[in-house]
Amino acid sequence: MTPALQEFLLILLKVVIITQLLLGLFSFMTLAERRLLAFMQFRLGPNRTGPFGILQPIADGIKLFFKEELMPASASAWAFFAAPIVAVTAAFMAIATVPYGPPFRIPGTSISVTPQIADLDVGLLFIFAITSLGVYSVVLAGWSANSKFSLLGGLRSSAQMFSYELSLGMSFVGVIMLAGSFRISDIVASQAGWFWNWNISPSKQLLAGVVYFISAAAEVNRTPFDLPEGETELVAGYHTEYSSMKFALMQMAEYINMITVAVLTTNLFLGGWNPGLPFLPVGGLWGLGYFAAKTFFVLFVFIWMRGTLPRFRYDQLMNFGWKVLIPLAALNVLGTATLVAVFKW
Amino acid sequence: MAALEQLLRLVLSEAFLFYVFSGLAVASALGVVLQSNPVHSAFSLIVTFCSLSAIYGLLGAPFIAVLQIIVYAGAIMVLFLFVLMLLNVKREAPRAGRALAAAALLLGLLFAVQVGTTLSGPGLTPAAGYDASTQAFARQLFSPRFVYVFEATSILILAALVGAVVVAKKEP
Repeated sequence: MTPALQEFLLILLKVVIITQLLLGLFSFMTLAERRLLAFMQFRLGPNRTGPFGILQPIADGIKLFFKEELMPASASAWAFFAAPIVAVTAAFMAIATVPYGPPFRIPGTSISVTPQIADLDVGLLFIFAITSLGVYSVVLAGWSANSKFSLLGGLRSSAQMFSYELSLGMSFVGVIMLAGSFRISDIVASQAGWFWNWNISPSKQLLAGVVYFISAAAEVNRTPFDLPEGETELVAGYHTEYSSMKFALMQMAEYINMITVAVLTTNLFLGGWNPGLPFLPVGGLWGLGYFAAKTFFVLFVFIWMRGTLPRFRYDQLMNFGWKVLIPLAALNVLGTATLVAVFKW
Repeated sequence: MAALEQLLRLVLSEAFLFYVFSGLAVASALGVVLQSNPVHSAFSLIVTFCSLSAIYGLLGAPFIAVLQIIVYAGAIMVLFLFVLMLLNVKREAPRAGRALAAAALLLGLLFAVQVGTTLSGPGLTPAAGYDASTQAFARQLFSPRFVYVFEATSILILAALVGAVVVAKKEP
């Protein structure tokens, strides 16, 4: 086997493993979300299918598979079909440039592996670009069904997504300035050492971290920004006319996006795979462990928020995004730029 | 195994990918012009932008490639589509004015001649020591040669923004 072929196979293997892990994590998250929400509301949640209900996601999957696939008679067929594909493709592509841990060697061999599919020079910008393409699934879904509720829901959600994209993008800038690179592994490296070196600490980018987390929650339609979920008062949204597997794919894209946000929060603000205490071991599988722990914590916070906060009204949502988050993000960019330029922070 | 590797080499080679993406770009650009439904045209244009971005990536300029997607495909086209959906633009009636067709033909010929002379002229050689990395790009952009133009452009965009708000704002 030549080195070129070996490298190709390694990349292929990474793609397969990460895709499968994400799919597994997605189905686990649907269960974890329902069980944790139930716990917060003094209920039991789904606990009948298998021990602790762990087979519930499989049962849900089978159910969705055998549901009838409906398409409105006057829908635009190709767009109706393309919307879930765009959603899932964008969700999976965005996570391709994220590192999950430090490079490690496979035991017993001399092959060194970086737990990351592609280490791009412009990694963070690439993720931003791909998530901005994800808006098209909402636009397509809302437009193609040729129904009033879908169209209004699509307009509502796409307006929400590109309003919050602005503050999301600006919250990256401070982090990029401090690390001096768009490469995510460089950003993680800039947070090594004690936990006060993490970007979330008040001496670095706490404001950007808060703005990022709120904007990202709005980007992935999580509570308190989950207007498409409001089926009682708003007739859900862009996915009103979707059923069966197409609906499941839309849901899957949302969960994968949420996982991407959690992974990015860990990398950009919570120190990535650095444990934050310099006396702890960092190499190899340890790093992966710290990374997973932090990511699961962020995912838990998302579920926690859903169990705690009520939903925004639409005008409040827009006011908050444009009049609070964007000015705060701009302030952070100006402040960080001044400190970096004048005081060589 | 050797055949597999050969196939991989072909499929992943720069030339092959260039032809794939340039073919896609040309086909979707034709789609923009030939379709009568404006929403379909807009989506074709998005495909064009994405294939152009892939070509920039193949040229070794990832920063430009990503900017192409963020600015054109991710921001401008979303607004276009948003307006098309809000105004609910219907299918355009075909109107093939004779003058319009003649003008299009003339401009097309002019463009073909321009491209032909450029390509058949002295061979285009890349500038020596050309560096397309983000750092090099930024150093060029913020060098005294370009920085004033760059800042002037941002003031222009700000002025356009303020103008749009003034026009859109209703009288109190």
